Amino acid sequence: MEVNDVFEKVKNLFVDELGIEESKVSMEAKLEEDLEIDSLGIVEVVMAFEDEFGIEIDDDELADVKTVGEAVNLLHSKI
Amino acid sequence: MIKRRVVVTGLGTINPLANSVVDTWDNLLNGVSGIDYITAFDTSNLPVNFAGEVKNFDSNDYLGKQHARKMDRSSHLSIYATEQALVDAGLSLENRLGPNVGIVFGTGIGGISATEEAVRTYDSRGPTRINPLAITQLMPNSSIGQVAIRFGIEGPSLTVTTACAASANAIGEAKNLIERGVVDTVIAGGTESGTTPMTIGAFAQIRALSTQNDKPKLACKPFDKERDGFVMAEGSTVLVLEEEQHALNRNAKIYGYISGYGSTTDAYHITAPAEGGVGAIRAMEKALEDAEINLQQVDYINAHGTSTPANDLNETKAIKSLFGEHSKKLTLSSTKSMTGHLLGGAGAFEAMVSILSIRDNKIAPTINLNNFDEQCDLNYTPNNSVELETKIVMSNSFGFGGHNAVLVITES
Repeated sequence: MEVNDVFEKVKNLFVDELGIEESKVSMEAKLEEDLEIDSLGIVEVVMAFEDEFGIEIDDDELADVKTVGEAVNLLHSKI
Repeated sequence: MIKRRVVVTGLGTINPLANSVVDTWDNLLNGVSGIDYITAFDTSNLPVNFAGEVKNFDSNDYLGKQHARKMDRSSHLSIYATEQALVDAGLSLENRLGPNVGIVFGTGIGGISATEEAVRTYDSRGPTRINPLAITQLMPNSSIGQVAIRFGIEGPSLTVTTACAASANAIGEAKNLIERGVVDTVIAGGTESGTTPMTIGAFAQIRALSTQNDKPKLACKPFDKERDGFVMAEGSTVLVLEEEQHALNRNAKIYGYISGYGSTTDAYHITAPAEGGVGAIRAMEKALEDAEINLQQVDYINAHGTSTPANDLNETKAIKSLFGEHSKKLTLSSTKSMTGHLLGGAGAFEAMVSILSIRDNKIAPTINLNNFDEQCDLNYTPNNSVELETKIVMSNSFGFGGHNAVLVITES
């Protein structure tokens, strides 16, 4: 799967599952500041990623993920 | 020292009858039933297929999906009713309400649907798939937390869970906070959205619900000889309570006064009312004493009147026993005949009804009251609203657990 395909899937998850406005979701968007995903929301996001991509993500791996792009790159590396 | 008195300066509601105070009151005076077949879930395997549901309300439209999905429906309804009440009271929605404003709500079972969903997920997919929002949706204090965040309420907060007495207790405890001088304003109310397949099943197991599945609008018939149980309902009602001088200083509209509060416990049985309604009598006495009002001055009682055989009989006995001869002159009604039982939201709804009765000198009826029960022989305002000069109202609320909460609401 290409990085761009991963991004599209992530964007769809954010929009359809979490109700985030599509126009806000870019590779540069910050999860907390721009998308209003708080600490509870991060756990939701992880669960959604795990279900969508059939992978497991440790809490440690997420520690440095602050933007959509960083999340996409992490997912891309694990698929 | 002059006693700090508590006035009502704002009202808001969303309930099975309507999504505003004006439309709700119109429907109550016109004897409209808000009860109908359940649309929220499939009822084909349930013993009861009807309830009082809130209609024409989309929480995603109101709050935006990203915010709405983090909350349980009882919180959605709370925020909606609170916003109305704040606007009605002339309070700002733009600025945070701050530390001189408290919040006290009642609820019976909090976010029960979130609890059920989390248990189902646990059973089917294990603990790591449970919705991370489950705890913050299911906790009974979720509503006051969400309302406080939304409107910046920074004073004391309290959730009361005394079943069907909860939001009458909430208003009483809010009154105490203002009288004691803790804060000048309290957002007081109740919320419930607990109609789920499990709760319908569980209430039916204790034979508490009406099972007249072929005629939902006629099923809730408080004080009628054929009454066979209550009807579950959902909704939220919120009152803005203020210290009198605080309200006068800002030229607020004053609907009336929360003058008396009585709270007692039967300590008898977890569901059945104490024989002769002795706990209820003590609560009514305490509320009148608190309001410094004589029995003979009471014009109207908004009865608990659930439509269960036991409640309506015991409540009638209690009123007759306490009021004696005056009970024959009293006007009563049960607005639950139209809303169904709002459970933890009922006391606040009925306090609102009491306030509106005083404002308009009109009494909403008990609908579906057609078959005379010789043991329920008071004037329950059957089927049609009446005009009545109303200055002093008593509102009764009783809950499983043996909780009795009575409010006395007055014009001055």
